Amino acid sequence: MASSTVTPNSSILSDKKDVGFSAFRSQPSFPFSTHISKQRVCKKIVSVMAPQQSERKPSTTGAVKTGMTMTEKILARTSEKLHLSPGENVWVNVDVLMTHDVCGPGAIGIFKKEFGQNAKVWDREKVVIIPDHYIFTTDERANRNVDILRDFCSEQNIKYFYDIKDLGNFKANPDYKGVCHVALAQEGHCRPGEVLLGTDSHTCTAGAFGQFATGIGNTDAGFVLGAGKLLLKVPPTLRFVMDGEMPDYLLAKDLILQIIGEISVAGATYKAMEFVGSTIESLTMEERMTLCNMVIEAGGKNGVVPADTTTFNYLQDKTSVPYEPVYSDGQARFLSEYRFDISKLEPLVAKPHSPDNRALARECKDVKIDRVYIGSCTGGKTEDFMAAAKVFLASGKKVKVPTFLVPATQKVWMDVYSLPVPGSGGKTCSQIFEEAGCDTPASPSCGACLGGPRDTYARMNEPKVCVSTTNRNFPGRMGHKEGEIYLASPYTAAASALTGFVTDPREFLQ
Amino acid sequence: MAAASASAFAASAAFSKPSSFTRSSPIQNPNPLSSTFKLPFPTNSPNYFFKPLKTSLNRPQFSTPSASSADAATVESSATTFHGLCYVIGDNIDTDQIIPAEYLTLVPSKPDEYEKLGSYALIGLPASYQTRFVEPGSTKTKYSIVIGGDNFGCGSSREHAPVALGASGVVAVVAESYARIFFRNSVATGEVYPVESEGRLCDECKTGDVVTIELGEKGNDGDKLINHTSGREYKLKPIGDAGPVIEAGGIFAYARKTGMIPTRA
Repeated sequence: MASSTVTPNSSILSDKKDVGFSAFRSQPSFPFSTHISKQRVCKKIVSVMAPQQSERKPSTTGAVKTGMTMTEKILARTSEKLHLSPGENVWVNVDVLMTHDVCGPGAIGIFKKEFGQNAKVWDREKVVIIPDHYIFTTDERANRNVDILRDFCSEQNIKYFYDIKDLGNFKANPDYKGVCHVALAQEGHCRPGEVLLGTDSHTCTAGAFGQFATGIGNTDAGFVLGAGKLLLKVPPTLRFVMDGEMPDYLLAKDLILQIIGEISVAGATYKAMEFVGSTIESLTMEERMTLCNMVIEAGGKNGVVPADTTTFNYLQDKTSVPYEPVYSDGQARFLSEYRFDISKLEPLVAKPHSPDNRALARECKDVKIDRVYIGSCTGGKTEDFMAAAKVFLASGKKVKVPTFLVPATQKVWMDVYSLPVPGSGGKTCSQIFEEAGCDTPASPSCGACLGGPRDTYARMNEPKVCVSTTNRNFPGRMGHKEGEIYLASPYTAAASALTGFVTDPREFLQ
Repeated sequence: MAAASASAFAASAAFSKPSSFTRSSPIQNPNPLSSTFKLPFPTNSPNYFFKPLKTSLNRPQFSTPSASSADAATVESSATTFHGLCYVIGDNIDTDQIIPAEYLTLVPSKPDEYEKLGSYALIGLPASYQTRFVEPGSTKTKYSIVIGGDNFGCGSSREHAPVALGASGVVAVVAESYARIFFRNSVATGEVYPVESEGRLCDECKTGDVVTIELGEKGNDGDKLINHTSGREYKLKPIGDAGPVIEAGGIFAYARKTGMIPTRA
């Protein structure tokens, strides 16, 4: 597999089966380990190494016979069961169903065909419809698909429909949001302990809020529209323990590229991925979203981060819906556990044509690039643009290749134009981008992340080499089959824009 | 020998499941070889060696009373057989390669757009695949069976992917493993049988090979793929309870057929 081709930093990770953390194995080649971090990690390991819950006599406690993971607990609550184990198939009540302009019309078509032309959705307040994929295009069918959504929402009196009518000026559409996964969070639809299903594979982004969130197809969505529930198999959980202080040249994108590189694009197929540890606790909500967003790129069914004060603070002014966070029990069973010392990690990229084709950014310094793209549900959030601006600011230089910026949502666009970048003397991201010679930030949408109609802004219509903050680099993903996409963090993307080569952001940030 | 093989082949075609050929959107497959298998009297090509298919010959001819009045081609049997040319691709074929995003403006639930999706099936494969899956100007493929490697259908959750394959005339995909959402969408729509192979058949078969897939009933010698071109036979993993759902035409059709949900008025 591609994942095994990159070895330099694999010592950062080890598996429980592999006798704990690699720092244990006094490797002389381990370049960055320090005595302090060894000791701290060793202490933690002891508890991880010792579990063997199977040997615990159930009769000794009486209360909890078998622990559950948080994914199992959420599915137990929403299927009205007391206890669930991986592999069980249960009917789960859906808290939120999200669909967009690419899959919504098909899901609506199935709903009408199967439940009847006059059927009503199961709950008009639990359906969230977000046009975001193909918006700023003259493609008639794409425009028609948004019309189909609008007609359906008005007929069904759908409470949350983020419409756009004036394509010439997105700001003339106060309801319009943009990229669904970022909009869902912004608008308070992501809540701990709930079940969110969406007709988009990156629906797993919302796992950042400690909820069960996964992507489904049109037919399943058509069923949910009518029935409000869906038959789901309870996934076993892989646990990722990420400890250590995150260096200031890393972002969550590096963490998830590290994980995918380690377990491969199919390493979590049918499985839940739970992220814990001191590094995860230190991440902002947007960074946790980046982490969970790319769970699908490892084949994962869902990703979860336990809700904490960061989560609650984020949600404070966004939702009045009561929610109930759940957490994995101490005795919960995990299929396997992976440990990382993040303080040792270096900036990463995923080389063409697979998200698990991991390499160190500095190893690719001779790769000449044609363009940089910053956007999408993965890398088009406010903090992603702040990160890029930080690199441009630190360098004081101009970009050497066309640099395209597509804010995920209208709010992100506003932030880019209004929030001051720390240390810049009050400059906004947009000012810094302009000074660096970037393209003007475009109208918020999924943009060229998935190619889309031919006239999509920044679509790769020629076989170019692109460093992108997006999520996939399979052949043809951004438009051209022979295009080459290097997936990277906003730091690495901005640094690469400044040199015209894939570039480690430490060149500018240190 | 050739004559015996040909008659065995004819018999297997006659006892094929009709389900794969009665989709929600009927398919008119223009390909002469593939369409052969839908007819009670197949015309065999002398260029191919067809291995006798014992399991299908030993099967009871009529298993349901409702089928007794139908002609041989629509007889229901307890096993499912597909026969046709295969198209071979590799690992990690993501849904952008199966149906590139620029074609996602087509809505699968609209019959004319469903047909169009078929014409773009696998058009996202890189140029290294020299044989076109669907010829330009056609909406159908001559390859009714797709053979892939690991993690087939990864990436986007677009249901357009199994739909495009089904609409193009594919009845089954045989891969080492599947991405979860693609597998689920294949079953939910009933568009294609996502069958798992025991080994890496994408290394064993070549595009254009003539293959038969037998999904047997429980208790016989198991599901298998026979490559008539190479004369080799391979074990497949059982499709289990997903089989009847796909056979019925997807979850809604299955739920109605089995009385889980009421029949549409």
